[in-house]
Amino acid sequence: MSVVSDRLKRSRVRNLREFGVETLLFLAAFVSVVVTLGIVYILISESLQFFQHVSLVDFFTDTQWTPLFADAHYGILVLISGTLTSSAVALAVALPLGTVVAIYLSEFASFRVREAAKPVLELLGGIPTIVFGYFALITVTPLLQKIYPDLPGFNILSAGLVMGVMIVPYVSSLAEDAMRAVPMALREGSYAMGGTRLQTALRVVFPAAFSGVASAYVLAISRAVGETMIVTVASGSQPNLTFNPAESAMTLASYIAGVSQGDLPHDSIGYQTIFAAGLTLFALTLALNIFGHWMRKKYREVY
Amino acid sequence: MQEPDLLAIRAIITRHKRWDLFFGVLGICCLMVGVLTLVALFVDMWSSGAERLSLDFLSSFPSRRAGQAGILAAWVGSVLVMLVTASFAIPLGVAAGVYLEEYAPKNWLTDIIEINVSNLAGVPSIVYGLLGLGMFVYTFGLGRSILTAGLTLALLILPVVIVVTREAIRAIPQMIREASYACGATTWQTVRDHIVPYSSAGILTGVIIGMARAIGETAPLIVVGAVTFIAYLPPVPFTGEPAAGLFDWAREAFTVLPIQMFNWTARPDAAFHANAAAGLVLVAMTVGMNALAIWLRYRLRKNIKW
Repeated sequence: MSVVSDRLKRSRVRNLREFGVETLLFLAAFVSVVVTLGIVYILISESLQFFQHVSLVDFFTDTQWTPLFADAHYGILVLISGTLTSSAVALAVALPLGTVVAIYLSEFASFRVREAAKPVLELLGGIPTIVFGYFALITVTPLLQKIYPDLPGFNILSAGLVMGVMIVPYVSSLAEDAMRAVPMALREGSYAMGGTRLQTALRVVFPAAFSGVASAYVLAISRAVGETMIVTVASGSQPNLTFNPAESAMTLASYIAGVSQGDLPHDSIGYQTIFAAGLTLFALTLALNIFGHWMRKKYREVY
Repeated sequence: MQEPDLLAIRAIITRHKRWDLFFGVLGICCLMVGVLTLVALFVDMWSSGAERLSLDFLSSFPSRRAGQAGILAAWVGSVLVMLVTASFAIPLGVAAGVYLEEYAPKNWLTDIIEINVSNLAGVPSIVYGLLGLGMFVYTFGLGRSILTAGLTLALLILPVVIVVTREAIRAIPQMIREASYACGATTWQTVRDHIVPYSSAGILTGVIIGMARAIGETAPLIVVGAVTFIAYLPPVPFTGEPAAGLFDWAREAFTVLPIQMFNWTARPDAAFHANAAAGLVLVAMTVGMNALAIWLRYRLRKNIKW
């Protein structure tokens, strides 16, 4: 009988250990929730202090952003305009290029071209953004100035263009995955009706993969909105209410980075502004992510 | 069929074939924009920075004089920060991935965790910097240190590690688990002896990609307070007078390669721009790590047939 009781004892120890391990693993997974809560808590608590000094109406209607000057204005629209303009330039490059590359790689390219091109695109996406910033400032801006001599040394245009090329791999790889997931039978049906490759790609595969492609777009937008270093390096540190890409301007992210370089005293209003700007940025990207999630659900085709 | 009809159909066919060809060329052109940018970037950095690249450059501290400045403090800082990041992000990320794939019941709590992971992947990196500043620097009082920087970057790459771990685990066929359970193994024994070892190559790929991202990350480290001018190295454990503790280096102020490069790029003095050759070292590191990951994945796809 002793054998059985030994086994029972061992199994109790075993169960205990199983439970302990499961709890530990659960805690590790729960860290992600804690991080989100931490982000929300930090952003909101610091912003609340900020909004004790500045009214919400001023925050959203003032047309100047000069929080560190004696005559302080806190108009977040200034930073939002810079963010939207630089994102628009980047997306004007990234979305068409990325889509065409995705369609080409998924529907046109031979196996060997695809196998060669995908790693290169992946490497492009892996380059640190500060290097892209350097490239925009030192190489692209002088190049653009040869075409438009009036272009200032710091401008949104070159930052946006470089950012666009940086985002292409994100768009193309996700969109391509979505298009490759479209079943072969759909393509064969189109070919059997006499459709050419391009017709099949544009009228059958692309619509069928639309939910995946759209979520790739949303991811690209959220990347562009949150991109920091390229804009910080190449667009200057002049908060401007402008939608003209040929001017210098600040975005939400580049303001945070720019101000953080100086030593901000804890609990000063300058310290709180970066959290207010951060909260705005976080809300923007969160809204985009939720929108992307919704798109994916709404337009998903199940085969 | 009448002759004119046939001609019309032929015309339509040629026209559409021409469009096909046109799009093929357009696709290659768009692809080339990406490839050429990559090439231009390399050529550009090489031509402006190659002359500065030497052993001296790697082994001297930053300086007010452009010609004497080096990146010793920066690359040592990068290595130490990565050490902290890896030792937090890898265990946490792998454990979370294992939990979500092998343990998690289907309930609202699991849903919340999953939504959180995918949401965190979309949060801009600079927001993590604000989290690090508010949480680690001020709430936990860790100061603007190597530890803070490493922890911030660990949280940043956590979603990457989790997602890749889950994908690697999902690729293991169900029959492996069934065989293990049939022999009387518990869930943990199955995970420890089968699931984790078999998915380790896939996990490694993801970890490398995550680390490559962390090593090039600049924005959150500016926010948590990287220093741009450091002319000393963190203390080596058990040396110096009085002897430094085992983890004293983690409490030191930090700088990293991207920060150093940002600092030099942002200066108006063009002589410092050549020093942005620091970027050459940085690019070599990230591209090398990414290439290693791509190669590993390629090997994996070729060799493993379940």
